[in-house]
Amino acid sequence: MAQEVIEVPITGKIISVNFKSGDAVKEGDILCLLESMKMENPILAPVDGTITQLEIATEQVVKPGEIIAIIDY
Amino acid sequence: MFGLFETGFQAFWWGNALMLLIGGALIYLGITKKMEPLLLVPIGFGILLINLPLGGLMDYELQITNTTGVSTKVISLEVDEGDRIGDNDVILTLDSGEILAPVYGRVKEVRVSSGEEVKPGEVVAVMITTAQTPLPTKPVGLLSRIFAFGIMWQVIPPLIFLCLGALTDFGPMIANPRTLLLGAAAQFGVYFAFFMALLCGFNMAEACSIGIIGGAEGPTTIYVTSLLAPQIIGSTAVACYTYMALVPIIQPPIINLLTTKKERAIYMKPQLREVSSTEKIVFPIVASVIVILFVPMSAPLIGMMMVGNLFTTCGVTDRLSKTAQTAFIDILTIFLTLCIGATLTAANFLQPRTLLVFLLGVVAFGTATAAGVLMAKLMNLFLKEKINPMIGAAGVSAVPMSARVVQVMGQKANPRNFLLMHAMGPNVAGAIGAAIAGGIFLGMVG
Repeated sequence: MAQEVIEVPITGKIISVNFKSGDAVKEGDILCLLESMKMENPILAPVDGTITQLEIATEQVVKPGEIIAIIDY
Repeated sequence: MFGLFETGFQAFWWGNALMLLIGGALIYLGITKKMEPLLLVPIGFGILLINLPLGGLMDYELQITNTTGVSTKVISLEVDEGDRIGDNDVILTLDSGEILAPVYGRVKEVRVSSGEEVKPGEVVAVMITTAQTPLPTKPVGLLSRIFAFGIMWQVIPPLIFLCLGALTDFGPMIANPRTLLLGAAAQFGVYFAFFMALLCGFNMAEACSIGIIGGAEGPTTIYVTSLLAPQIIGSTAVACYTYMALVPIIQPPIINLLTTKKERAIYMKPQLREVSSTEKIVFPIVASVIVILFVPMSAPLIGMMMVGNLFTTCGVTDRLSKTAQTAFIDILTIFLTLCIGATLTAANFLQPRTLLVFLLGVVAFGTATAAGVLMAKLMNLFLKEKINPMIGAAGVSAVPMSARVVQVMGQKANPRNFLLMHAMGPNVAGAIGAAIAGGIFLGMVG
């Protein structure tokens, strides 16, 4: 099974998380909202699959390169 | 007794009613649709206030003198104090000709009587007008004073640039200087609209002011128009701010037209090079020196923008940076937007030329977007690591709306993409490009 690692693209704060580990996601689903540069930026699932790891929580401040989630597909 | 028994109803006409609807619509869009509320709410209310007649908020006093060049006798007075008059209405008939009203307004005072001799240059009457005119007027209303000394004296727009500088992170542009090209390419829209305006019969100064709408920077547009064509300042400013609010509607169809789905899906690595604090400090200093040496007339805008940016990047003037980013820009925005709304009297706004200004404004935004995208595609012919051509569209400035549009479209085409920071580069480069284009126009015509 292939894995897709979703990383934080930009410094900011996670303001909502829509899934939990083990959830199934579809391509284009909004995994979480990242507030950065006074904008709410959705982070999308790039593939259909299952979240095997979720490394973020609401209110967490994140930096580029940190892992948001890993999706098995 | 002037004004004692007057109510606004007597001077109210359908044009005022239409402007009240336009003002109301802007307030509605701001409050309900959250479209640029910080701009549209005060502009809308300014329109509302100025179209309630006789309020005097935007009044100018204009002295009417004997312009015949000779001493002459007054034959008859054609107006009374308090009368409303239109452009070229006869105010009084002299032995040697007629004295006409140079603009619309109302008569405040008539200083001569029939049979009296008047010398050349002598003041024969005083009128009140709300027209934006290059004639030597004296502001006598609350908002006309703020407008005259804040905007016409070119104080407020450059100070807003200082605040924008404090708010802007040039990091993405420094990390990827190629994006400067995209910001520059988008200025094509400015020059295209400029030539179109000339073709439509506007004079050189007006065409420059209309072209600069394509720079998608409110303060730049207001600054250039106040210097070159104050008679159309309300239209150019409102066109600029309206189209900035409408960027999410104007840009996507143009981007879709000029790019294939495959191009829109081009993936760009999110991680840009880390920009050191030294680079961020040196940038505003070096950029000021270079840009102002090349385009001296851009100094008020670029100089203020860069000093504001230095307040933020240097790390020892946090208080100044914080004030510029919050309270100061808010105060300036209140003055600027109320005054801009207040220039939009029915008589100023409801002209066929206004419609043309709006039409040319959208042409400017559209061609700027197209030029940015096409430049990005051109760059891709030479680049090993391709860029997503959509980031060229962010070169139109309109910070950060157009970068946001690119981000949303990029994610839609490829959920892996996160183009925001890549688009911020051309976006802030576009802001600098617009100020430079404004400086070039001022050097050309001013």
